[in-house]
Amino acid sequence: MEIERKLLKKGSLGKLFEKITASGRRILAPVQDGENIFFKEVCSPEEVAKDYIQTTLSAKSAVFPACEKLFEYKFEGREVKIEDRDLNFKPTVIFGLRPCDARSFSALNAVFSWDYQDELFKKRLERTAVIGLSCGKADEYCFCTSVGGGPGDSQGSDILLTQIGSGDYLAEVITEKGKELVAISPELFEPAGDQDKEKYLAKLPKQFELKALSEKLPGLFNNTELWIEQSLRCLGCGACAFVCPACVCFDIQDEAKRDGGVRLRCWDSCGFSLFTLHTSGHNPREVQNQRWRQRVMHKFSYFNDRLGVIGCVGCGRCSRICPADMNLLEHLKAIAEAGK
Amino acid sequence: MSELNIYKPYLMRIEKIIDEAPGIKTFRLLFVNEEEGKNFSFKAGQFGEYSVFGEGECTFCIASSPTRKGYIECTFRQAGRVTTALANREVGEIIGFRGPYGNIFPLESWEKKSLLFIAGGIALPPLRCVIWNALDWRERFKDITIIYGARTVADLVYKYELEEWSKRGDLKLITTVDPGGETPDWKGEIGFVPTVLEKASPSSENTIALVCGPPIMIKLTLPVLAKLGFKPEDTFTTLENRMKCGLGKCGRCNVGKFYVCKDGPVFTLAQLNTLPAEY
Amino acid sequence: MEELRKKARELLESQAVKVIIGYGKGSSDQARTVFIRKPEAVDKLIQDESCVQNLAVYLLKPEVKALGKPAIVAKPAVLRTILQLASENQIKDGELVVLGISPDNKLIEFPDLKAVEDYVSGLSFEYSDADKALLEKLEKMDRAERFKFWQEQFSKCIKCYACRASCPLCYCSRCVVECNQPQWIPVAPHQVGNLEWHIVRAMHLAGRCVNCGDCGRACPVGIPVHLLGEKLAEEIFKSFGLKSGTKVQGEYALGSWKLEDKEDFIR
Repeated sequence: MEIERKLLKKGSLGKLFEKITASGRRILAPVQDGENIFFKEVCSPEEVAKDYIQTTLSAKSAVFPACEKLFEYKFEGREVKIEDRDLNFKPTVIFGLRPCDARSFSALNAVFSWDYQDELFKKRLERTAVIGLSCGKADEYCFCTSVGGGPGDSQGSDILLTQIGSGDYLAEVITEKGKELVAISPELFEPAGDQDKEKYLAKLPKQFELKALSEKLPGLFNNTELWIEQSLRCLGCGACAFVCPACVCFDIQDEAKRDGGVRLRCWDSCGFSLFTLHTSGHNPREVQNQRWRQRVMHKFSYFNDRLGVIGCVGCGRCSRICPADMNLLEHLKAIAEAGK
Repeated sequence: MSELNIYKPYLMRIEKIIDEAPGIKTFRLLFVNEEEGKNFSFKAGQFGEYSVFGEGECTFCIASSPTRKGYIECTFRQAGRVTTALANREVGEIIGFRGPYGNIFPLESWEKKSLLFIAGGIALPPLRCVIWNALDWRERFKDITIIYGARTVADLVYKYELEEWSKRGDLKLITTVDPGGETPDWKGEIGFVPTVLEKASPSSENTIALVCGPPIMIKLTLPVLAKLGFKPEDTFTTLENRMKCGLGKCGRCNVGKFYVCKDGPVFTLAQLNTLPAEY
Repeated sequence: MEELRKKARELLESQAVKVIIGYGKGSSDQARTVFIRKPEAVDKLIQDESCVQNLAVYLLKPEVKALGKPAIVAKPAVLRTILQLASENQIKDGELVVLGISPDNKLIEFPDLKAVEDYVSGLSFEYSDADKALLEKLEKMDRAERFKFWQEQFSKCIKCYACRASCPLCYCSRCVVECNQPQWIPVAPHQVGNLEWHIVRAMHLAGRCVNCGDCGRACPVGIPVHLLGEKLAEEIFKSFGLKSGTKVQGEYALGSWKLEDKEDFIR
């Protein structure tokens, strides 16, 4: 579909939100919560956070919740009855998603649509539309341009808004889903002039060559010294994996109630020592440097090899919240430039 | 399994429980939904996720042969939370099963070849599936040799089947126990599996070797096989790793870029040699 | 800073220690932990207000221990942590060199852990103004309001365990959440699971937590988990007159019993 350019006046946002809500969809948008910004359900644009670079948590939980029921089971005497999930998820519009986060949905989808089709994820994704928001500024943790993205990248967005000088938005309608959203209140989307989108985007030069990095990595597997040096200060928490929009590893847990219970899926992290621990006590990744190596290799080598997508969108969240200041970008640059 | 929910297990009723050895049991499972049972098929080497509702899921191979329809069998050792819960189940109770997952032993491509099975202890179950499959298709293969050992006589699994196999004229069975593990009336070999293998010195000509056992046994058996002339592409083994989903999504079981649940659990020695040391 | 660097260089050149655990320049305006092993690299060490992380968390890490005997840059909170670890038999005299940093950023050399104890006894430890204000606010609430506050806070919890990972006193090789026979604490991040995790952790740390505040700083979603430790430290002192991290052979309040122990918490 060819991208359509429209103009959305900033004063029209209120009406747009109203119409979207009235159409039976819920709106998730970044909301300020003390020093943090989380995606929450909102009704009006006044609730949406302003003037920020990135949210604290990603919007991943809209399509891949932190804790999700796989099914419920009931004991009836000696019999067991399984109650399947209701896949009738409420249609959702994610408003204000940054281009990096919008791209992450293709990484998530690559995992859940590969081979076995994960309907829980697919149904949620089907019913989710994205009104993305380009970035007018970036900070030192952002590196979307180094992993194939950009502050105005449209991949993953159904409509991409770029705020222009007047405060109004250049609205690019990218997909059929985007067209459907416009059709909810077409009068709010005026024809665009010749606004130059590039002018309003953050300037973010590439920090390292992704191709060089991906090519070097397989050969570095056994370079234990490198991985030890990089991970000495890593504390082994799961914060980086959990705030990451592209991390998708999960755990399956049963929780029993009196006459039945649920089987849940919840987020997990390869950074935990428990992740690969065998019942026998054997652990293929016993020490932190092996787990750090796994994180880097999985996201920048294996993921691409298997699924054709890079497992990182350069949003920088992991580095912003890391209690040990690991700073992924620094480590990637070090690897990409090693041997020069 | 529901087409819509890949995590939903089949309901299986425990038809038979056999105490194989201390801590080791075999379950024969029937599909509660007979229609599902009729439509279910798998190939030798594949595994499943067996669950106790409320405790969790556990990964074992399917130990029965795909040629026997209507039921599946699994053999496990009580070790952790789920296997303990399984060990406490009774005949008639219902457990869950998701599968079949994983890749297969390419039995169909081994026509006219000889088969050498080498197993130790609790690692006979993954090969037992292939053995019965091969025996059900006996005319397709030349010689079949089975070398199986355990620490002590009590630790041998499928004792009743070992009896049966020893009485068949169309295969060669060598059983052994570790030195010190024999009982006064033990008639088999005494010695570690690699030693017994070397002594038996089976021919490697046009033969596929399948090896399953504890890491130490494999480590010492592979050089003997190499000495006997077995090629890495014709030597097969299985890998284990911690698993949860079994279908290549949860990200847990990878060895380098290979998922044991998708690209394995069956690997040739040639493939194994390319894998990083992460298992 | 210069004294610190000088001392660090001396220690490395004489091989009295194999590694200096200190602060270096990090991303943005943060400091980050550095592990200096070469005398030429001591210039990386910095010492200013950005140096807040509790470095003692690295003392028990296998990969750091493998580097050899460490010297650790220790501001007051870290000094208390070292004393607490010593009274829990996790570190011993002679296994490390403590490079103390006074509240006004001066280097203090300690010949042994007893000297650390004497020094710490002369310091006063105050909670930050922001924490004091929040604790007061919570005191004024009734039980229902307070529980609502914490339920709201814990609803943000994603069970990343950054609080546990950043805490030097959470050094259990198999944490209680990692036990699955039985699964004492649910793994999933839901209301019950989150509440259980934080309450159990707070109780496991009661009488041990030295109130360094790293857990609250580490939390990516901004839950003030360190407040639980601060409140419990007050309660422990009120009930048992004990303070963590003050003695080399400290007493564990919840693990020792005396006839005089009050029982007014049993209602």
